[in-house]
Amino acid sequence: MYRSHVLVCGGTGCTSSGSHRIVETLKTEIEKNGLKDEIAVVQTGCHGLCALGPIMIVYPGATFYSLVKEEDIPEIVSEHFLKGRIVTRLVYEETVTEEGIKSLSDTDFYKKQNRIALRNCGIINPENIDEYIATDGYEALGRVLTEYTPDQVIQTILDSGLRGRGGGGFPTGLKWKFAKGYDADQKYVCCNADEGDPGAFMDRSVLEGDPHVVLEAMTIAGFAIGASQGYIYVRAEYPIAVKRLQIAINQAREYGLLGKNIFNTGFNFDIDLRLGAGAFVCGEETALMTSIEGNRGEPRPRPPFPAEKGLFGKPTLLNNVETYANIPQIILHGADWFTSMGTEKSKGTKVFALGGKIHNTGLVEIPMGTTLREVVEEIGGGIPNGKRFKAAQTGGPSGGCIPAEHLDIPIDYDNLISIGSMMGSGGLIVMDEDNCMVDIAKFFLDFTVEESCGKCTPCRIGTKRLSEMLDKITKGNATLEDIDKMEELCYYIKENALCGLGQTAPNPVLSTLRYFRDEYIAHVVDKKCPAGVCKALLSYQIDPDKCKGCTLCSRICPNNAINGKVKEAHVIDQSKCLKCGACLEKCRFGAISKK
Amino acid sequence: MKSLEELRAIREKMQGQIGLRNEHTDQIRVVVGMATCGIASGARPVLTALSDAVQSKGLSNVTVTQTGCIGLCQYEPIVEVIEPGKDKVTYIKMTPEKALEVVDQHLIKGHIIKKYTIAEVIG
Repeated sequence: MYRSHVLVCGGTGCTSSGSHRIVETLKTEIEKNGLKDEIAVVQTGCHGLCALGPIMIVYPGATFYSLVKEEDIPEIVSEHFLKGRIVTRLVYEETVTEEGIKSLSDTDFYKKQNRIALRNCGIINPENIDEYIATDGYEALGRVLTEYTPDQVIQTILDSGLRGRGGGGFPTGLKWKFAKGYDADQKYVCCNADEGDPGAFMDRSVLEGDPHVVLEAMTIAGFAIGASQGYIYVRAEYPIAVKRLQIAINQAREYGLLGKNIFNTGFNFDIDLRLGAGAFVCGEETALMTSIEGNRGEPRPRPPFPAEKGLFGKPTLLNNVETYANIPQIILHGADWFTSMGTEKSKGTKVFALGGKIHNTGLVEIPMGTTLREVVEEIGGGIPNGKRFKAAQTGGPSGGCIPAEHLDIPIDYDNLISIGSMMGSGGLIVMDEDNCMVDIAKFFLDFTVEESCGKCTPCRIGTKRLSEMLDKITKGNATLEDIDKMEELCYYIKENALCGLGQTAPNPVLSTLRYFRDEYIAHVVDKKCPAGVCKALLSYQIDPDKCKGCTLCSRICPNNAINGKVKEAHVIDQSKCLKCGACLEKCRFGAISKK
Repeated sequence: MKSLEELRAIREKMQGQIGLRNEHTDQIRVVVGMATCGIASGARPVLTALSDAVQSKGLSNVTVTQTGCIGLCQYEPIVEVIEPGKDKVTYIKMTPEKALEVVDQHLIKGHIIKKYTIAEVIG
């Protein structure tokens, strides 16, 4: 038995900042100090504060070391692990107070969070089923199989008010009820782990940090709707998640928690993985199932809905990873517990991946009804470099932006839709005054153009035309009439596209038009980009009165666009200027300006 | 897995170990002096004995941790038991065997073992 556990984050974020090397060094140093039998090194899932990775937590005491470097390890081992002296200078500074180290849950980042879906992430070793069992894992499944009828399970989920966390927000209990309602010789339970929004990594973190919770919830769902086979459709670009899921499935089979006669009740259920090749459209339910069937991942019209004719033409239940992660907790604590959190129509919590212009980029789980201001300013720690908040994009390429005037709106499904955005799967990208909203809309639209599967015309051609119109605006070649045409095309695509990808693709354009139309007009009428992003509308100028003729700018210009003699004012040749801004950064006399 | 009892047995066995990762403020803290003086007089076996016993007995309300030099080097190994709302108890010249007695008598039953405390030994 170990007297101390050292938890090192092994999520994708910390892995990319070198946490596996930290683990190796830790093990070597612990061995060197003869502490091998006293200190356990455990690799966990994501702890949320990805910006401060690699992260390491030492128990007992929950000392939180952030931005850990290999060269700091010997000191931490000999001082803290051996002698019990915390190396304060390496501890997450938010937790250091004059009275000593305060608890992590008291920091700004964590104190407003309520981790339900993420409850085990960063706490347990995801590759050890015993640790999951130690935190009440599989208890919900055991109770359901031995004490509940399928209808009671569905009623509990209905009563909890849980809504789909993949973005649509459809009531989960209803989905289960529909899937149970169709009789068939074979039914399926599927898990959508094809998280594809740029900047979103909620599902990946659950799969990496707590894979068993998904298996347990899917098995419960199988019992509720009468299915015996489950599939998890996960992106192949999530290698750590895939590996841990496979380990978890093997362990669950070994323990008899998957397979035949689970808990001696005669109930059989098994789960297999299916890897997606990374097409965004495969996150759409019908395309996902087509892909599992072995066909090219293209959507098909609904109805029939998957609950009636889904995978291989059989009744199928499909939920998102985060939705499943809530299920065992709802069974264990009851629907009333779950409805005690959140707003009137959105219960429980939601996980967001915070990114963009914000201090604490990472993963947060907040009760529904928390305001965007709390998320950005308190949990997120505000905007770096003293810049002003401009907007936040939720829902990725299917969502929209929320401007500063709506910062105080409580986040839930219906409020976000009422202001022209959507919950989406949980990506939350913060933008400051240096972001051009036309450029942002173009970024997301270019993404959907790339990812459109091409099956239906409104999406295949419509998004391409939309992107070309945006391009025209950012180059300063558009007219006001073009903006009207663009808006018309947006509504046309929304109404006519076959699947969710196309129907939501114009959202970034529509919501930026709604809140930042003046920026569009500035591009079109004044031929200016107010944020100074769109290169075609920028020009760099040298003020001849301030220029000392030091020649520095002409020397660093990559395209020799700046001419002038020593000690004489220099001039930028606009026809050659690449607008890279290198001269502006280097000028010591403030003679160069961007217009 | 054939029954809930089987599952719960695994859970109980594991909880003692995972309990280390609890972060409650109402925990009983058992602190072992692990400065150079403590280590030299044998604090490490005391620390591991305490930690093992607390985990194997599943005392999830107890945290075993270490600290630096308390300043009473000649009485090391020193073990302090800090219970919220009660006076601190300081045991001195501990051994792994004495430490196990402390676990059984003090931590589980709540009886302070007077003969090992600093007040009793040096009067």
